[in-house]
Amino acid sequence: MNNQEKLVLAFVEALGVDSSVVINDLKYQGIVEWDSISHMVLISQLEEAFDVSIDTDDVIDLSSVAKAKEILGKHNIVF
Amino acid sequence: MLKGKITLITGASKGIGLAIAELFAKQGSDLLLFSRNIVDLKKIKEKLELSYPIKVAIFQVDIRNVSSIKQAFETIYADKLFFDILVNNAGVMIDSTLQMMKEEALLSTYETNVYGTIHCSQLSLKSFLRKKGGSIINLSSIIGAKGSSGQSIYGSSKAAIIGFTKSLSKELAPLNIRVNALTPGFINTDMTKGRDEKFYEKNLSSIGMRRLGKPEDVAKATLFLASDMSDYITGQIIGIDGGMIL
Repeated sequence: MNNQEKLVLAFVEALGVDSSVVINDLKYQGIVEWDSISHMVLISQLEEAFDVSIDTDDVIDLSSVAKAKEILGKHNIVF
Repeated sequence: MLKGKITLITGASKGIGLAIAELFAKQGSDLLLFSRNIVDLKKIKEKLELSYPIKVAIFQVDIRNVSSIKQAFETIYADKLFFDILVNNAGVMIDSTLQMMKEEALLSTYETNVYGTIHCSQLSLKSFLRKKGGSIINLSSIIGAKGSSGQSIYGSSKAAIIGFTKSLSKELAPLNIRVNALTPGFINTDMTKGRDEKFYEKNLSSIGMRRLGKPEDVAKATLFLASDMSDYITGQIIGIDGGMIL
């Protein structure tokens, strides 16, 4: 599984949405499924999938799929 | 009751925190212990690991300092020490009437009792989410629940913990993370020692069971809230005070 597929799977599992929904423009609270509770689960899924620890400030900053890629980029995850 | 669990305890080098560490070790929990006093923590680690088949990791943390807390959590997560239970025990009690209250005492009280608890809880979420559940036990005080003359700063800091517990329990319940608080009464620790005889007499007469509480009394209630015995209990504030009336 490549990094893009891992990222999509993390979103699908955390938010309970179809993979087609997970596009760069998808934003936090942009759909009902991405609320504050599922956001916490999402962070956990991303950390587990990529074996990283996301900083508290980045947890708050992770406001879209594009931003998630940018933050994971800090941990040398390339998309 | 806690075999296979990992517990993080703040303020673990003495008093109630130490009693909790000892009881949890006896019940099979591995421990992550925070305190400013690393010398005492080293002795505690040695003693507990000799006495029980558990692992103990110790961290010199100044709970008033968010950088110090973050540094410890970074080490914990780097070592993948995901834990199941957080006991926010570290606390300070500085008695003062409002008029005589010094700014330094106000800051120290709030940074330790309130901010420290909030920071540790926030940073623990990563662990609980990974474990798909957890239990946070916050140490408040009967003073926070009932109030006491000359303790408006300490009392308000402990009342903040009650409010924090109630709201956070609602926020985290869908994630199977339980949050409860204890409100100990007059517990015989270093924090309550060094008072004159009249002070003890007055307090004893207000305790229905006519004895001071022991740190172990609080530890037993903490164990209940940490264990699966309380797995449907969240958002509760439980008094450990022998029927004390304020």
